[in-house]
Amino acid sequence: MAGLEHYLILSAILFSIGLVGALVKRNVVAVLMSLEIMFNAVNLAFIAFGRFVTPMLMTGNIFVLFIVTVAAAEVALGLAIIIALFRAKESVDVTAVGRMKG
Amino acid sequence: MNVGVAASIAFWIMAIIAVVSALAVIVTRDIFRAALFLILAFLTVAGLFITLSADFVAAVQVLVYGGAISILLIFAVLLTRDVQKGNPSNRMLKPAVFLGALFAATLIVVITNSTWKLSGDSPPQGTTAAIGDALVNSYVLPFEIASVLLLAAMIGAIVVARGRDE
Repeated sequence: MAGLEHYLILSAILFSIGLVGALVKRNVVAVLMSLEIMFNAVNLAFIAFGRFVTPMLMTGNIFVLFIVTVAAAEVALGLAIIIALFRAKESVDVTAVGRMKG
Repeated sequence: MNVGVAASIAFWIMAIIAVVSALAVIVTRDIFRAALFLILAFLTVAGLFITLSADFVAAVQVLVYGGAISILLIFAVLLTRDVQKGNPSNRMLKPAVFLGALFAATLIVVITNSTWKLSGDSPPQGTTAAIGDALVNSYVLPFEIASVLLLAAMIGAIVVARGRDE
């Protein structure tokens, strides 16, 4: 039976992959995808803690539900910003967006 | 074959698929294929939730991540028409990989050397009723705030994406 540490290590690996992706990617959409991988890793850690530490309480599950809500709002806003950015700069390369003044 | 061994095998298969597809998201050259690998990663994480007996959250994961968020990301990929440029990395690839590996190693050392206060209880069969009860009793204020947040994000997204000259 896979224990808590297995899930936590998997979560740590997924989070680090997402971290590297968020740091190195030049396409804004790819950065957003890496952020989603990091969110998923954190959710996995929450659910694993909830399952193995407080199995009778729903705290971990509730926390993940709120994280999913915030992530959905974040992606909707991120998509809007990406579209506005593409309209203004004709590019979604983060290195092309050196200054905030539009 | 008992349930524990089956759950263990399922964990290892889905863990490998999740790590490989997450790596493929940041390694593959084609941004559209990266989005497809991301959907695979989302679905395997949903499967991992099922092995942790979190059935409701697994369903939410498939609906929100596998459905809504991945479709929004594919929209973003297609609307920005930068598919031809691929999925390049910037100059910081080596330091970032080093930093990520260092971060993962630190986390793994901490995780394996900590003593967790594990509970021997088995979770209830079907978590949906308990989650619904908790959402409208203990967590009713965050629940309402989340709905306000979603409304604000929706209005903000419309305003930002519409542009200023209409």
